[in-house]
Order: sequence, then structure tokens, then C-alpha cells
Amino acid sequence: MSDKGMNLTLKIWRQKDAQSQGKMETYQIADISEHMSFLEMLDVLNEQLISEGQEPVAFDHDCREGICGMCSLYINGEAHGPDRGVTTCQLHMRMFNDGDTIYIEPFRAKAFPVVKDLVVDRSAFDRIQHSGGFVSVNTSGNTQDANALPIPKDDADKAFDAATCIGCGACVATCKNASAMLYVSAKVSQFALLPQGKVEAKDRVMNMVKQMDLEGFGNCTNTGACEVECPKGISLDNIARMNREYLKAAIDK
Amino acid sequence: MSVLDSKVPEGPIKDKWTNHKNKINLVNPANKRLIDVIVVGTGLAGGSAAASLAEMGYNVKAFAFQDSPRRAHSIAAQGGINAAKNYQNDGDSTYRLFYDTVKGGDYRGREANVYRLAEVSANIIDQCVAQGVPFAREYGGLLDNRSFGGVLVSRTFYAKGQTGQQLLLGAYSAMNRQIGKGKIKMHNRHEMLELVIVDGKARGIITRNLVNGKIERHSAHAVVLATGGYGNVFFLSTNAMGSNVTAAWRAHKKGAFFANPCYTQIHPTCIPRSGEYQSKLTLMSESLRNDGRIWVPKKMEDVEAIRNGSKKPVDLSEEERDYYLERRYPAFGNLVPRDVASRAAKERCDAGFGVNQTGEAVFLDFASAIQRYGKEAATVNGESNASKDRITELGEEVVRNKYGNLFQMYEKIVDDNPYKTPMKIYPAVHYTMGGLWVDYNLMTTIPGCYAAGEANFSDHGANRLGASALMQGLADGYFVLPYTIGDYLADEIRTGPISIDLPEFVEAEKSVTDRLETLMNIKGSKSVDHFHKELGKVMWNNVGMARNEAGLKEAIEKIRAIRDEFWKDVRIPGGMNELNPELEKAARVADFLELGELFAKDALHRNESCGGHFREESVELDGEQKGEAKRDDVNFKYVAAWEWAGDPGEAVLHKEELEFKDIELKQRSYK
Amino acid sequence: MSVVSEDTFNSTSHFMGTNAVVQFVLQPILAFGVIFHLSMGIYLDTQNNKARSVKYAMNKPGTNSSWMSRNMKITGIMILLFLGLHFYDFWIPELNTKYIVGDMSGLNEHGGMRYFEELQHKFADPIWVILYVLSFVFLALHLLHGFQSAFQSVGFRHTKYTPIIQKLGNIYAIVVPLGFMFIAIFHYVSQL
Repeated sequence: MSDKGMNLTLKIWRQKDAQSQGKMETYQIADISEHMSFLEMLDVLNEQLISEGQEPVAFDHDCREGICGMCSLYINGEAHGPDRGVTTCQLHMRMFNDGDTIYIEPFRAKAFPVVKDLVVDRSAFDRIQHSGGFVSVNTSGNTQDANALPIPKDDADKAFDAATCIGCGACVATCKNASAMLYVSAKVSQFALLPQGKVEAKDRVMNMVKQMDLEGFGNCTNTGACEVECPKGISLDNIARMNREYLKAAIDK
Repeated sequence: MSVLDSKVPEGPIKDKWTNHKNKINLVNPANKRLIDVIVVGTGLAGGSAAASLAEMGYNVKAFAFQDSPRRAHSIAAQGGINAAKNYQNDGDSTYRLFYDTVKGGDYRGREANVYRLAEVSANIIDQCVAQGVPFAREYGGLLDNRSFGGVLVSRTFYAKGQTGQQLLLGAYSAMNRQIGKGKIKMHNRHEMLELVIVDGKARGIITRNLVNGKIERHSAHAVVLATGGYGNVFFLSTNAMGSNVTAAWRAHKKGAFFANPCYTQIHPTCIPRSGEYQSKLTLMSESLRNDGRIWVPKKMEDVEAIRNGSKKPVDLSEEERDYYLERRYPAFGNLVPRDVASRAAKERCDAGFGVNQTGEAVFLDFASAIQRYGKEAATVNGESNASKDRITELGEEVVRNKYGNLFQMYEKIVDDNPYKTPMKIYPAVHYTMGGLWVDYNLMTTIPGCYAAGEANFSDHGANRLGASALMQGLADGYFVLPYTIGDYLADEIRTGPISIDLPEFVEAEKSVTDRLETLMNIKGSKSVDHFHKELGKVMWNNVGMARNEAGLKEAIEKIRAIRDEFWKDVRIPGGMNELNPELEKAARVADFLELGELFAKDALHRNESCGGHFREESVELDGEQKGEAKRDDVNFKYVAAWEWAGDPGEAVLHKEELEFKDIELKQRSYK
Repeated sequence: MSVVSEDTFNSTSHFMGTNAVVQFVLQPILAFGVIFHLSMGIYLDTQNNKARSVKYAMNKPGTNSSWMSRNMKITGIMILLFLGLHFYDFWIPELNTKYIVGDMSGLNEHGGMRYFEELQHKFADPIWVILYVLSFVFLALHLLHGFQSAFQSVGFRHTKYTPIIQKLGNIYAIVVPLGFMFIAIFHYVSQL
């Protein structure tokens, strides 16, 4: 543990708003502790910018415990930075060294337009969910008893694993084609694996894929980069399952 | 008679809710189409309420300051959700859940509300399973349960350490279905900055579009606030960075009484802070106390050796460790309620036994659970002469299956492997039991303005039991509010659309614009966070886990001083008509600076110890309970509801006396 | 075959070149497959390029995916170029001989079978051999990703079988091109 903090050079994308042109700007920051999270490092930068009378860097964040999916950032050429299995808010400065230059860019995709600086608009993800990311059951509470429908543990566990997607968009940011297949397939899979979801499975996959294409995401070429960069380790199994579900639905409909 | 009418229905407690539902006014389906309802917040309470109301036929306008409803902070809840299903056949029942919750809340909750909560809890599980929420299951395919603090049954349903996420995604999916149908109009990245009252009724809200700064008016026949808790008044808490009191505080200033603001839950198992730059604290689920044992060294020289690194925690033998919860509370051991566990940790750390550099940490140790599970697994596998390493390996696998994501989170933050060395934990602000006062129908003292979930005060009394927040949020949103709001809206069917050009809307919008302009024009020298941290320090030191009269009076003075300085010297860069996170924070901190004072004032007036509120002047002086919190039922068996009177210091106290007809008031003992 | 026996090669080549099923059923299917694969590739690639208009200033794709998987376009184009050369050099002259000149005999001017002789002639030139070998290197790279990717795309993925498919795919992607390279090198070396 070093007493003296790190000195870093930051290259950060600055863009006033969606209409303006943006560019990379360079900032120096000193005395950063290795125990800080990456966003706390940015907090320190922003305090510094405010005290110098400059505009702080806008970035999305909320829970800061890796679950809300609000934080993003493409750090040194990787979504959520160089660590694996974490979001940016849980990336810690111990992953970097004194004197490093760190590139910080927004998640890039046509479907994720920049709002300001490092903030992007991921509402395309919501619209895909509106098109079918649900089971059509009313919230009456008098559906059958929860244990009336036993579900094999293995299926429930797989559905859970798919459902842990936090919708951060790292898969899209990472994919060389800006494809949203991992995200969409996670939701399709969660429901396809459970009996509750099977009833509407065909419509669901057709509608969600259709909306995904309308949003302007690219296509999957199976590079597998999304799975590697996904902070929640969502598996490529889900993409295969969605392809399967889609083929089945396409043949029937 | 108090001005507060709780509207608790007559009759035996177990029939109250059914009778009430039977007698309540309904709105016919054709008329529902003519009625608008605003729901602010899209967490478990807001999301489920918005979905249910839309499903019933109302036009719902939903608001979230995040970029998607799915990001509300309910998503971070880890451990689980309680329900009186009695699937484990361990004697659970609606009554027992009701009893545990009232007792856990230190007899400061409203009996009838809590009973209703327990009653609908089972429906929540049915509902969520029907929606496709992937709860943990046993090998037979049925739902699994675990135990939480303060109870003697296993009634907690869970999805690994991500139960809140799964439940919220369930509510989000129900919302999506309605958004897709056009029944919910979703406004993301919009923050409510004012409540609009027309003729004494809540008729709308003023919001700021956080992307372009536009101030907007939205009208409706009723307004539901499901905007969560105000733990961020402490700056450091387990809440999300954006969690705030603004919506509730705006309603308070427009006439909604604020109840029991001092009831704060300090959660015992959080990752200790590591430095001044710390922006938030991370919770380690209470479920870990099922298997983790909490201890500090018995001897001071061992504490020092651990702090300076010359000894490791695993070097200490069993005899050298003080498992202080097991020692003090043999009946509940490591599973005492949160307030008790937190105070016990503070007691040890104040006595100098804290195990990290700051002296504010205790150990949470999984070694014995790993060995126990390892031996079990070896037996099941038929490995009768498994080596110690093999047993450890098997045990770690079991623990990984139960808490894998929490352990991984801990390791990423702290850079220590909790399978090999005990976790370090310390209490942190987590939940606020206080909130807007509501009646049995969840309506605040402003007609047409409702509060649901953590934003209201109703169910948890002075202390919330683990896995009850998710239960309350969903109970309010799915099963209570959608019915009770009909009682009010039944009179609104002839009102017609509400114009946003009414003078009240114009005036409210102007007040928002003026406030924001004032903030922007201060052009002072210190950042918003500077003031927020100052406030947080006062709150933590004087209004934290233990409170006394002198400290609280000092806190009130200090908070006023910080507030004055804030309005003179805050610096907000950027402009009003753009995405401006500093301006967003400033508006929220301005409200925290007022709430903080009311919070301390409430704590000062409540000269008893109850639940999360511990007054150093009120402790048991002798007997078995010596040193434990002492409640004063003679003088304080009431809800303190504060009415705004121009300044937090001037707030007027109204009391709702609590009646306990079905539960005998007893001292809470977990010994 | 050409490595083992000149006669077998000649007769097989003659069969392949004159059999109606091969020529008029299998060959069009193959051609359609190639054209479909190519046009889908171009169509999807255009979409993919549009999906990210502003590129990253700093990008490290090497940390999360293989070179092969990201450069199917390059390896594909190289294979296509070879195919073009192959058409120009072999297929069009064959069509000319068989269907325009009308010589379906497969004989050379000396009355022997012409196929082996033409093969030998082609691989006497070192530049042609290098081109040929390089093309199959690209084919190998293309298949290393393509074989298993095809299974994933149609949704075939299984914890037990997918690793086997991946292994088989790797073997196939290396052995088949290696075989072709061997033919070229063998004939070149044998004529030295």
C-alpha cells in the first residue's frame, strides 16, 4: 500500500449536448488512492474542475454498488474498464498505475446517442422491453399458489442467471457491430426457461427482435466479446437460445 | 381529538382489510378511463402501483429521475422478501408475521396497517411467481426460504443476493406491458420539484426535465409519491447517489405531515469506509448473518496486532475471540434485529476493539459455516474420510452458491478474499422508517396525495425487520393503494380533465423556477457536495446510532448554520437549461438541509429509546436488560407527525396515539 | 488423390466434371449458397457499420475476442479473391472447353486424360503455389471462427456438445486447408 497517491492523465470525451460536436480533452489529476472507485476518482476530478471554475464532467451513475446499471463508460478501450465482472462503479483504482493515461469515452452506438459528455440515452433498451419483455398476467394477486407450479431448480437457476442482466449496455458498447443480442436474449431466455413465459414465447421473441432491429442495433457475428465484458457474466447460451426460439417462432408464424 | 384521523376500519383486526375492501367506493371501468393518476418514483412501490393502476384502467403518468424505471434503488435490495406462507411448516402464520413486525418495530407501528401487510404478503409471492420472477428453488422444484434477523421462522423468499433486482424487474415488466399499451405514460429523467394543490386537493406536480432543464406541469386527479427514503441526509448511506427527500419534502411544505423523521435504520453489516473521498457505503446482506459469526478480539493487544498487520484474524484461536452477539443475546445470537446488532458493534468499537485502521469495523466470519457445510456435503457425497482441504473446498462451494455475488462484490471493493479471511463490516445508514404520515388508505394529510413504500411512515414502527421493505413496497403498490385510491377517485368522475393553465400551476411553476434561479445565482465558492458532507458529518455524529439532548441541540444549531452558508456560498456551474447534475444535487441538498433539522428536532423531543432511535438518557439501569434500550410507553406511544409552519424549527407536533389491541406491549428481549 | 494416383485423380475429375447431378444440381446449390452467404454478409456488414457511427478513440477488442471472429470480412474477401482467380484460371476455361467448344472427352491432344497434367502444370509455378497456400491460410482462419459460429447462429448450443463441436470445428478448419496446401506443395516439390 503506497502512502502517496497516483498521478494520472485523463483523456475524456466532452460534448455539450446531443446536437454539439464533441472532442477528447486532457486533464491531470493527482494523489488518487488505490482504494477509490473509478467514479470516486471522477468525483475528485469534478470537485477540482468546479473549484477551477470549469464545467464538471457529466456521467451517469446511481446505486454505486453494481446493480442499477446506470453507470457506463468505455475506459481504456473496454466497457466498464479493464477489470472483469464489474461495472464502472465497482472498478477500483488499484487496477491502474501511477503515471497512467486513461481514456474515458461514452458507450458508442447509433442506438445510444450521447446526451452530454459521457451520458448516453439507452431508452432503446426500454422500448425493446415494452414490445414484449413481460408475462401478460394481471396484478390481481389471486393467481394460483406460488408452489402449485414446481419448476426444476436447474431451469429456475438458469432463468435467474439470465435475469441478472442489469441493462447497462456494455454488450452493445463492446460489440464491434453494436449488437444488442446479449441484452435481448437475456430477457427472452428468462421467460423461455420458465413455464409462465412459455405461453407467449413465440410472440415475445418475434416482437422483441423486431423492435431491436428497428432501434438500429447491429447484428451478432458471434465474436463473444459481449460475454467477456458483461459485468454480470450473462452467457452466450442465451443468444443461442434466442436464435433457437426465433427460428421456432419464424417457422410457425 | 387529534387532527389526525387514521381511518382504521372497525372490527376485529383479521377482518378489517376485508371489510374495508367490501365497503370501499369503486370507480366503474368506463369512468376510470377519464381519470389520471400521477405516480412519482418507479421502485417496488411506485412501479407496482403504476402497473396495477394502469391495469385497472386509470391513465397513469409515471416519473423517474433515472433513465429507466428499472434503475430505482429498490433494485439494490439483496436479501429477500418476507411472506407468511408457512411453506417450511415451522409454525408461521399471518398473525406471527404481524406479531414479529410489530415487535421488531418496537411497538411504534400502526397495528391495523401491519396486520394488512402480513395478510397480503402471501399474495405477493403468488403474484411475483406468476410474473416470472425467478426465486430460489429447492431440488424438488418448490420455493426455498431462509431466515432473517429478529424472527424464529424461515419465511424469507429470495433470489440469491439480488432479490430486490428480481422483484423490481418483475414490477418493471408489469409496467412495460402497460407502457406498451399506452396506459402508462413514462417520463424518465424527470424530477418532481413541486406538488400542485388546487382547492385543497393534490392536482399535479411540477417537474424538471433533467436532459434539457425544461420545467413542466403535469396534472392528475391524484398524486402518488413512491419516492423512497431520505437516508442520504447522512451523505454516506447505502442509498443510491440520487436518492433524495425532495418529492416528500415538497409535499410536506404544502401540507403533508412528516411522521417520525428520526426513525432511521442503521444496518449492521456494511463495508466500512476507507477514506474521505468515500461517496457511498455498500451493504452486505443481512442474510449473511445466517451463516456468518460476528466477533472482535477479546484482548486489546490482539486488536492492535491485527490493525498493524502483525497478526491475521485467522491466527486467533476460538478462546481469543469475543463473539459478542452470541455472548449477549444467546436466544437470537447473530440474528438479533438490525438496531440491536448495530448498537452492539458500535459498543465494541467505542470500547476500542474496532479491527481496522479507523477503529470502525468488526469481523463477520464464515469459517465455521464453511466447515459445517463442507462436512455435510462430504457426508452427502459419501466421502467419509475427506481431508480438511476437501471439506473446506466443499464448504466454500455451498457458501458460494448461497452468497456468491455478495462475496464477489466484497472482494472487488475491498480486495480481500472473504472465503479465506473474515469480512470486515460496520453499521451504516440504510433505511428510514419515518416518512410522510398516511392514513389506513395511504393518503397523506393532503387530500388526493398518497405515499407508498419507504416514502410513508406506516408499517415498520421504529425499526424495520430484514426482508420487510420489499414486502411493504409491493404490498402498497400491488394490493393496497390500487383499491384504496378508488375510494377517493370515486368522487372525481365528474371532475373532467384538469387544466395545467390553472393559476395554481402557473404559480407553482414560477416558484420552482425562482428557487432554481436563486440557487444558480449564488455563485459562491463551495461545491454542493461540500455542504452535503458537512451535513452528513453532523447527522452521523450527533443524530446517528446514539443520540443525547446536548448533541441534538448542537446538531440543530450546526445544521442551521450549514443551511445559511449553503444559501450564501454554494457554487453551481453550468446552466439551468441543460443536463446539470450539480443543479440537481443542489436542489436536493437544499431540502435535506431542512429535513435534517426536523429530524434532529424529532429525535430531541422523543426522550425514549425505541428501535433505531436510541437516546442515551433512556437505558435500562439494572437487571438482565442492563444497558439495553428503554422504551417509554407511557409518554411516547404515539406517532409524531410534524406540520410545516414556515421553518423546520417551527414545525408543529401532532400526535397519533397508537392502540395495541391485539398485541401486548412488552419490552423487546432477544436474550 | 492426385498425390496417390494419377489415374484415380483423372477419372474422378472427369466424373465430377461431366456428371449431370454434380454439374446441374450440386453445383448450382453450392453457387447459390456462396452468393447467399456473400450477399447476406455484405447486407449485414452494411447494417453493422451503420450501428456505430462515431468510433472509439481507444479500443482494445483484442482483450475480449479473437482476431478471427472480428475479421471474417477480411478473411472472407481474401477467399473470394482466390475464388475469382480460380474461376478465371480454371472454371471459365473448363466451361469453354466443355460447353462452348463441346469437348466433353476430358482428353488432351495426345489422347491421354488431361486433368492431372494440367494440375501438375499449374503447380510448377512457385507464385501460384504461394497464392494457393495463402488462400487456404485465410480459409483456415475463416473456418476457425465460422464453423462453430454457424452452430451458435442456428441456436445449437449445449454444455456437453458445444465444446466437442468447437474442437471438431478447429480440427476441420485446420486439417482441410492443410490438405489442400499439401497438394500444392507436393506437386511443386515433386516437379523440382
